[in-house]
Amino acid sequence: MNQTWSRFNIASVVLGFAFLYLPIVLLVIFSFNESRLVTVWGGFSTKWYVSLFNNQGLMDAAWVTLRVGVLSATVATVLGTMAALALTRYTRFRGRILFSGMVFAPLVMPEVITGLSLLLLFVSMGLDRGFLTVTLAHITFTMCFVAVVVQSRLVSFDRSLEEAAMDLGAPPVKTFFAITLPVILPAIVSGWMLAFTLSIDDLVIASFASGPGATTLPMKIYSQVRLGVTPEINAACTILIAIVATGVIAASIVNKRREVQRLRDEQAAFRQ
Amino acid sequence: MTRLVSAITSRLVIAVPYVWLLLFFLIPFLIVVKISLSQTAISMPPYTPAFDFTAGIGGIWEDVKQFSFDNYLWLTEDALYFNAYVSSLAIAGTATFLTLLVGYPLAYGMARAPATWRPTLLMLVILPFWTSFLIRVYAWIGILKPEGLLNQFLMALHIIDEPLIIMNTHTAIFIGIVYSYLPFMVLPLYSSLEKMDYTLIEAAQDLGCRPFAAFWKVTFPLSIPGVIAGFLLVFIPATGEFVIPDLLGGSQTLMIGKTLWNEFFANRDWPVASAVAVILLLLLVVPIMFFQQAQARAQEQGR
Repeated sequence: MNQTWSRFNIASVVLGFAFLYLPIVLLVIFSFNESRLVTVWGGFSTKWYVSLFNNQGLMDAAWVTLRVGVLSATVATVLGTMAALALTRYTRFRGRILFSGMVFAPLVMPEVITGLSLLLLFVSMGLDRGFLTVTLAHITFTMCFVAVVVQSRLVSFDRSLEEAAMDLGAPPVKTFFAITLPVILPAIVSGWMLAFTLSIDDLVIASFASGPGATTLPMKIYSQVRLGVTPEINAACTILIAIVATGVIAASIVNKRREVQRLRDEQAAFRQ
Repeated sequence: MTRLVSAITSRLVIAVPYVWLLLFFLIPFLIVVKISLSQTAISMPPYTPAFDFTAGIGGIWEDVKQFSFDNYLWLTEDALYFNAYVSSLAIAGTATFLTLLVGYPLAYGMARAPATWRPTLLMLVILPFWTSFLIRVYAWIGILKPEGLLNQFLMALHIIDEPLIIMNTHTAIFIGIVYSYLPFMVLPLYSSLEKMDYTLIEAAQDLGCRPFAAFWKVTFPLSIPGVIAGFLLVFIPATGEFVIPDLLGGSQTLMIGKTLWNEFFANRDWPVASAVAVILLLLLVVPIMFFQQAQARAQEQGR
């Protein structure tokens, strides 16, 4: 089967990745452009990064975005993990169909609808739009992504481990923290990261749910992009890309090491 | 005692996310439906009537009597809205089909790659998804502009003499959607292609089937679940897309997500915006149900 990685297959993979990565690479390159024009190369310069850090409005927005992201991702991870457990462990409870519908629907729901509906909820609850409302909105739409990620791990989980622990007298809650949680932890961590990225990335829902004083970075970038493309935005984007890429690559290296270690442990156990 | 604790925890594990989703997902939709039936008013919030729960059942009934379908009638009277729905569905459908055309060879090539490479290739597909959606759309503005990189490149090679006008056309929206949603198409395709038993194709070829025919008769039918999942994952959000048509499509493009945004933020007509949202949701209800059933089925199979 390995010999069938034909030229056609290699070409389609290479072209596909070129398409995926070229725009981002160009964006990063032109953030170091001396010229004010984004598309004409005028020599290497880091001046846009300097002007970026002096731009108080952008920095404030970045700080708001970071706080909303960490807070909403953390709450969403707890709620999403609970939802995943509810979906995989309890096959029968009243309103299960409605529940699974509410978990899966936000994954594909157009953002304008989610944003509008949350805004109208906040208005009718009499909540002032701001930091709290953006955070609530982000928890709601990201917890469903966490639920799907964790659920896929729970489904492939060998339940005999849990049964063994319970047969040996461990109460269910202890079994969860001693057995289940360590096994699904990688999925929970990647769920948190996904929720965090979705939150710091979101423009549409934040625009509806946010009010004055809680402008997020995407909202700020969007309003600047509408006025015109500048290398300063390229620089802001490059920093965001660098942060995310470092996080994802670090996580995957850690995962891989752990996997190798686990295989080694298993083999050692077999030899004994 | 432990049994009591476990009964309480299992109740809580279900109840907490359930109540959260009821409060922040389902009830907001009911409010949207309700406000779409209200009258526009020049005040803040700009609509009447609002439910007044202190008035009890009778008060709600008074509100219900004031419901009007004026906003929906308004949507049917102005051809703008009808055209926006139709063009959203057409643009999203075309773009999803193009995403499938681009994504299928990529997913297929990845699924046939040496097994040791596959995790890395998979990560490389997911990685751009982690970078901001807004940034990825923004990156294309610099490429597609009349004086942008693509035109500079093609003119330097003397392939074209005059800049191509791609920005602010449907082509730019197609490129934006294909680019932004490609991972959503590739991942389900890859997972169904990777699970496939390739000895089936070898068998078909041993029996004299040409590679292309073997693909159509064996590979493609077996990957249909992935195709359907990918299609729904791209088509549904693309129909209501706002950022891509707004930044790449220019002012001429008619898409319903943009119309809703303008009704809400520019015209401040919340009831009409709500009516637009309700109809968009009704249009997407069938594909969303399909998506949920596919998800539930995948869940049952994995068990």
